Amino acid sequence: MLLRELTESSGVSGNEKEVRDLIISEIKDHVTSLKIDRLGNIIAHKKYKGNGKRLMITAHMDEVGLIVTEIDSMGLLKFITVGGIDKRILVSKTVLIGKDKVLGVIGAKPIHLQKKNERTKALNLDELYIDIGATSKEEAEEKISIGDYVLFSSEYIEFGDGLVKAKALDNRVGCSLLVKLIKEIDDVDFYAVFTVMEEVGLVGAGPAAYEVNPDMTVILEGTLCYDMPKLDTHLIPTYLNKGPAISLIDRTTLYDREFRERIVEVAEKNKIPYQYRKTSMGGNDSGKIHIAREGSVTTTISVPCRYIHSPSSVMSKSDYNNTFALLKAILSEFKKEVL
Amino acid sequence: MDTRKFLELLCNEDGVSGYESNLNPIIIEAFEKYTDNIVIDRLGNIIAHKKGKVSDSKNKVKIMIAAHMDEIGLMVKDIEENGFLRFTNIGGVDPRTILGQEVIVHGREDLFGVIGSKPPHLQDPKEQDKAIAMEDMTIDIGLSKEDVDKLVNIGDTITIKRELRDLIGGRVTAKALDDRAGIAATLECMKELDKINHDADIYFVTSIQEEVSMAGALVSAFKVNPDIGIAVDVGFGSTPELAKSETIELGKGPGITIGGNIHPNLRKKLVGVANEYNIPNQIEVNAGPTGTDARAIQITREGIPSLVLSIPLKYMHTSVEVVDMKDIKNTGKLLAFFIASITSENLEGLLCY
Repeated sequence: MLLRELTESSGVSGNEKEVRDLIISEIKDHVTSLKIDRLGNIIAHKKYKGNGKRLMITAHMDEVGLIVTEIDSMGLLKFITVGGIDKRILVSKTVLIGKDKVLGVIGAKPIHLQKKNERTKALNLDELYIDIGATSKEEAEEKISIGDYVLFSSEYIEFGDGLVKAKALDNRVGCSLLVKLIKEIDDVDFYAVFTVMEEVGLVGAGPAAYEVNPDMTVILEGTLCYDMPKLDTHLIPTYLNKGPAISLIDRTTLYDREFRERIVEVAEKNKIPYQYRKTSMGGNDSGKIHIAREGSVTTTISVPCRYIHSPSSVMSKSDYNNTFALLKAILSEFKKEVL
Repeated sequence: MDTRKFLELLCNEDGVSGYESNLNPIIIEAFEKYTDNIVIDRLGNIIAHKKGKVSDSKNKVKIMIAAHMDEIGLMVKDIEENGFLRFTNIGGVDPRTILGQEVIVHGREDLFGVIGSKPPHLQDPKEQDKAIAMEDMTIDIGLSKEDVDKLVNIGDTITIKRELRDLIGGRVTAKALDDRAGIAATLECMKELDKINHDADIYFVTSIQEEVSMAGALVSAFKVNPDIGIAVDVGFGSTPELAKSETIELGKGPGITIGGNIHPNLRKKLVGVANEYNIPNQIEVNAGPTGTDARAIQITREGIPSLVLSIPLKYMHTSVEVVDMKDIKNTGKLLAFFIASITSENLEGLLCY
């Protein structure tokens, strides 16, 4: 299954090759043209009788992770984070390091030897390290180099009532939707762009948008979902199982109102459940896309993901399917030149 | 059974304190081949008896080896209106080690879940330097309250979902290596004893509830009433954040504990045996009652001379504990050679102060 393969692939920002190769192998027979630009973005075009407007759909390929910065004399690895990771989720986890995916663990001081107040303090990055079982620097260096990327070790698992747990749902869920769209839609002209390094500052999106020069762009994302118990509803950015989340504003874009209203109309007309993304936290490739060249309109449509940026993010298959249904409906409207 | 495979089966099975019986079939199957009789006592301890060479009861020496079956874990405390679970801990769990973990909730059926917490966007940036308290965490099993009510009861146990995996250099990582590594060393000991003569009767006990009360060791030591009780547990492996004086090193053999919980002459004998057979070993200092089954064994009935062997283990009570397979092997070997060195003739002298 594609979403499984995508989420279990390695693609920490700046090291997207494995994900890129997988996506290319999936789409190459379904697109008119395909190129990898100088930054590593995939820019694919599905050509069809156009309506004079360029539609671009994007999803970023990269995921948050770690990078090795030092191998100490005991063979333990020091690291820094790549992208936004709450340091508190790293403790007592397994990780995979480098090309060969060497297994390592991030341990912690035994509770028995802690002073009482230690337990209430978060462990800082400089207190954490990865243990691969090596007992010396030399033994570790046989397997690991400084600069090796580090992934969360996390399997794709379906559970509960139609839920999926995986790492990197942000944004392999977007990649998976876009690949599916490329495969299933043959009668609409659009550009499909898979970007690099979104998590470290929207690096790939600007140059890709410059190249494609779109009139309008749909950004596909996995986004924050915190439908926790006993929260005031206005504090909940998105809910699971309430359909695709349409963005209003975030730290990088104030979304074009007219374009958003058209998207909502399409959802309502097709009876597809949707929700608004009710937080201004976070940002995505739209931030660079809507101001590329002379500017263009964008909308972000996201699959809600609980525990995002952790090894165990969670999404709902019904949200995934409804997001796909909305995308198909948008393309159909675009074709009719209604959009 | 291959010892690493045995260890893998043990660690991948779940058995929180008080709920250890899932492990019974694995342990019994492995122990059967090397022992004469296996019983499960009223609290759930497995006691496997291996007869010694001496048959007359007057001169018989009894040695008890205890390694605990139970592991630390969590327990369901409440079910929220959206189906999320609230929980508490069984045994010593550092709340910092459970955030974002995948878990198995042992309800009417085993249910997969994820531990989440208060969302970052609702936290003050300064809060990121504070650990999240267990009461602010939830478990998401992806079901509505109605479905959860059918499958989960308050009081159900929860374990971290983690499988034993190989690191480099013969080290392995898993949850519950404390003290399944000790049980694996017990099997190694049986394999060694199979090849050598021993006078003493051996009672291999895999004990329950060490992490909460040591009740298993207490009642099994009473039942067995051994001349010598040996706890096989894990010791703090050396890592950068720990003082060297508090730890033992992985790959350098079992720690032999010295201190009040330990019979001084028996310990000397144990070290002597280790050195005689070139079995690597280290000294572990623990002044008072140890955090092992030996603490209970020592004060059972009129008092039982006790020893502790500690397998070096890194990151104790996390779900990524690490041990070196060599240490397990050497622990088993040392146990066996020590057992073989004890006879009814020399025991009296060894126990003299």
